[in-house]
Amino acid sequence: MSGILECRGLCKRYGAMAALDDINLSIEPGRVVGLLGPNGSGKTTLIKLCNGLLTPTSGELLILGERPGALTKAVVSYLPDRVTLPEWMSARQIMDFYADFYADFQRDKAKDMLTRFGLNEQMKIKQMSKGMREKLQLILTMSREASLYLLDEPIGGVDPATRDYILETIIRNYNPEAAVIISTHLIADVEAALDEVIFINNGHIVLQSAVDTIRDEHGKSVDAYFREVFKC
Amino acid sequence: MEHGFRSDLPIYSQLVQRLRQDIVSGALPPGTRLNSVRDLAADAGVNPNTMQRALQELERDELVYTQRTSGRFVTEDVTIIARSRALIAKEEIRSFLAAMHLLGYQRQEIYQLLQEEKEEQE
Repeated sequence: MSGILECRGLCKRYGAMAALDDINLSIEPGRVVGLLGPNGSGKTTLIKLCNGLLTPTSGELLILGERPGALTKAVVSYLPDRVTLPEWMSARQIMDFYADFYADFQRDKAKDMLTRFGLNEQMKIKQMSKGMREKLQLILTMSREASLYLLDEPIGGVDPATRDYILETIIRNYNPEAAVIISTHLIADVEAALDEVIFINNGHIVLQSAVDTIRDEHGKSVDAYFREVFKC
Repeated sequence: MEHGFRSDLPIYSQLVQRLRQDIVSGALPPGTRLNSVRDLAADAGVNPNTMQRALQELERDELVYTQRTSGRFVTEDVTIIARSRALIAKEEIRSFLAAMHLLGYQRQEIYQLLQEEKEEQE
């Protein structure tokens, strides 16, 4: 197997509670994958294991054959599910910061996207609205030439027009050598942008399948199928 | 970016339908050079691999061809386009007739209604 991300028997426990239990998956280069599941199903835990913010209780997680660490952080671009940018910095300063930290940061690309999103690089983060901060954070994440993009709820707090623009940005940055994992519960909005989906529930993978395979086999959208599988 | 995909069909087959319609209607004239897969995908708001699959299907139908160095083009063979157009028209007529049959109309009545419609428009 030559996946960008490989998980084998991956478990993460908090005391008696298993946040993730025996996860086996492989994500190939060139794939845009939706990580879908109800709240508390383990989506963010899986993403945090991938970027080394958490360590596995047992099992194995490899990114390009390496355990998460300094080497993998250089090739993984992570968008957290909340804004984590220092408020006192301006957009320009945060770009300096990214350029210092990440050898793969493409400043021209970031500046170009700032313009397209209507953001000013002189502006301080504390002056920005919530939506602007989220856009800036996405721009920084997508401006790296990474092998794996981990986007935790990238379209959660933004208006529909911005949501379209964010998805378009993800598609325009498509790289056949890289993989993108998007965690979300707004399935209908992202469905067309995905190759495949992973349904996760109570720390288990319920399904890994191509979007068009689900539509073909069940005659319904992934969104409708998700509602059926996770019916309360 | 354009949405509006039906939920009961694979996305790639809906892309095939849209592109085929653009070709037979002349919105994409014979010989037109198509944008890159990535741009077509971004404009349609779909995954690039899904767009690629749709284009491959159009290539199999010979409506589109790839020139190794310069990209993808709409066929210049107008008979292929005309054949595809006639096929779509036939499907449309069949589904129209099926819908009218569901309303209880017999063939003769349908022709009569069409005739009336034609006279009204004239």
